[in-house]
Amino acid sequence: MATSATAPPGQLAATIPATRQGEVDSPWRIASRRFLRHRLATAGLIVSILLILSALFAPLIAPGDPLRISILDKFAAPMTKGYLLGADEVGRDLLSRLLYAGRVSLLVGFAAMAVTVIVGTIVGLTSGFYGGRVDAFLMRFTDALLSFPTVFLLLVLAAFVGASLLSITLIIGLTSWMELARILRNQTLTLREQEFVQAGRALGATNPWLISRHLLPNSLGPIMVAATLNVANAVLAESYISYLGYGIQPPEASWGNMLNNAQSYFNSAPWIALFPGILITLTVASFNFLGDGLRDALDPRSRR
Amino acid sequence: MTPFLLRRIGQSLVLLVLVTAIAFGLMRLAPGGPEAVYALSPSMRAEDLARIRASFGLDQPIHIQYVKWATGMVSGDWGRSYRDSRPVRDVILDRAPATLELTITALVIAIVCGVAIGVLGALRPHSASDYVATIGAMFALSIPTFWFGLMVIFVFAVRLGWIPSGGRSTMGGDDSLGDRLHHLVAPALVLGLVLVATWSRYTRASLLETIGQDYVRTARAKGMTERHVIWGHAFRNSLGPLLTLAGLQLPFLFGGALVTESVFTWPGMGRLFVDSLGYRDYPVLMGVLVVTAVLVVVSNLIADLLVAFVDPRIRMR
Repeated sequence: MATSATAPPGQLAATIPATRQGEVDSPWRIASRRFLRHRLATAGLIVSILLILSALFAPLIAPGDPLRISILDKFAAPMTKGYLLGADEVGRDLLSRLLYAGRVSLLVGFAAMAVTVIVGTIVGLTSGFYGGRVDAFLMRFTDALLSFPTVFLLLVLAAFVGASLLSITLIIGLTSWMELARILRNQTLTLREQEFVQAGRALGATNPWLISRHLLPNSLGPIMVAATLNVANAVLAESYISYLGYGIQPPEASWGNMLNNAQSYFNSAPWIALFPGILITLTVASFNFLGDGLRDALDPRSRR
Repeated sequence: MTPFLLRRIGQSLVLLVLVTAIAFGLMRLAPGGPEAVYALSPSMRAEDLARIRASFGLDQPIHIQYVKWATGMVSGDWGRSYRDSRPVRDVILDRAPATLELTITALVIAIVCGVAIGVLGALRPHSASDYVATIGAMFALSIPTFWFGLMVIFVFAVRLGWIPSGGRSTMGGDDSLGDRLHHLVAPALVLGLVLVATWSRYTRASLLETIGQDYVRTARAKGMTERHVIWGHAFRNSLGPLLTLAGLQLPFLFGGALVTESVFTWPGMGRLFVDSLGYRDYPVLMGVLVVTAVLVVVSNLIADLLVAFVDPRIRMR
């Protein structure tokens, strides 16, 4: 800023375009400006939008039927016989399968995230707001669930309850709300002592009112961050259990179960193992970058 | 220190009871209950099944069943495997060394590489190398471990033939140290990759925070060498969060081990767990679940006590 320090007053005003005159910077505006400055987060946003669009419009984009078997074309290499990304062990078009699998994987990712956010928010806010025994009970339960390796829990539940789109979604959602609950609980402990909450209480506001009208809006930041990161985790979790054979069941494709038998075809068709993994990584990475950018943008401690 | 110690141990005991109760409850979700395997047999009559239920204690109220089972666990009676009727404890103890070998190697790799990368990043934040490390760490966190393992096997075992494609040692081989290491390298690196990312991110964040503290500025103002400031003051004080991380990372480490073991046919507890799922071997499943969870609770306790030991600010609270 050496140049603006020596500049005449008129030019100085012109060098500050961030806030236009008469306009107050709202927290959301500051956050979105910081977010967009975060190049990786912006890239993550663009890639995740593209992935969501390709899943939504899969029937329009896909060159073929993901379930159509043509045994003559089995293991067709990419760019041959009209298969852009090749064909799998029974001659199904890999690109079409990847697109349709994306629908399943992303659907599970977003739906599981919704379950996580709902349970995590309820547990976190309740625990922090009421404190005392309720808090002690809920937090010990949270700690206990956090002590299990998630993959073990996911597998046992998926094997016992049975695999379907709904059960897999619920299982992933119900095994990943603990961290959000902890974050919100700790934040609520300080928030509930703040003057605006005390004022609400003095005015006779009921507890549900205080929680939904005062605490919840003030917790939206961490909730948004956790929601984004949870989509990434849920997509990853789905791929793990589907790869091990307890998740989404064939013939329905998910990125995880497309890798299920890929190891046996290493010699004849390595590309079968390549593409689904790339898509999982890309999806998970872009949501992770997005979540990281959101965290930086919404964190009141980092005023940049 | 004593009140802190007692309180923390008390918390862990409560947690152990909860964890085992959850695992116990989870197993009751099994389709058909623990006796389901016997019910499958065509010659099984209803009264025999009832006798089996009674011998398992399944006709008693659930809390009594839990207490009986928990006393059994504590006294070393973990039940018998449905698959080969061996004691569950022996089945698990047979597999534990392989898992420990894999996880400990991966953790050592992760700590050494992760801390080094993290310290470098914190010393030159926002430099080109820091940027590359940050992006690399994020991708490492996003790659599914099993797929990364598959790719490593494809490139280095199938195509290049540098490493064996699985197992812990060559079948019928001399079982030498070299052979063991040869088998260990790839799975340990694959499992370690994600952990390296976590460690470098934590180290960087933790060190950056301590570097901004007043006492670090004071140390610099006193004219201390930069090396002394970083390693003597800043790094030592950022060790606390790292110790906690080592404890917190364990569930994650076991989960990763399960997947890595499945890909590399590594004969550890994770593979045992996946195999037992297929055989509906509930006693073994339950055993592995409880062992991993108990290890997590205990190591979190140890990590917390170590943190309190090195950082007096914690135990004062």
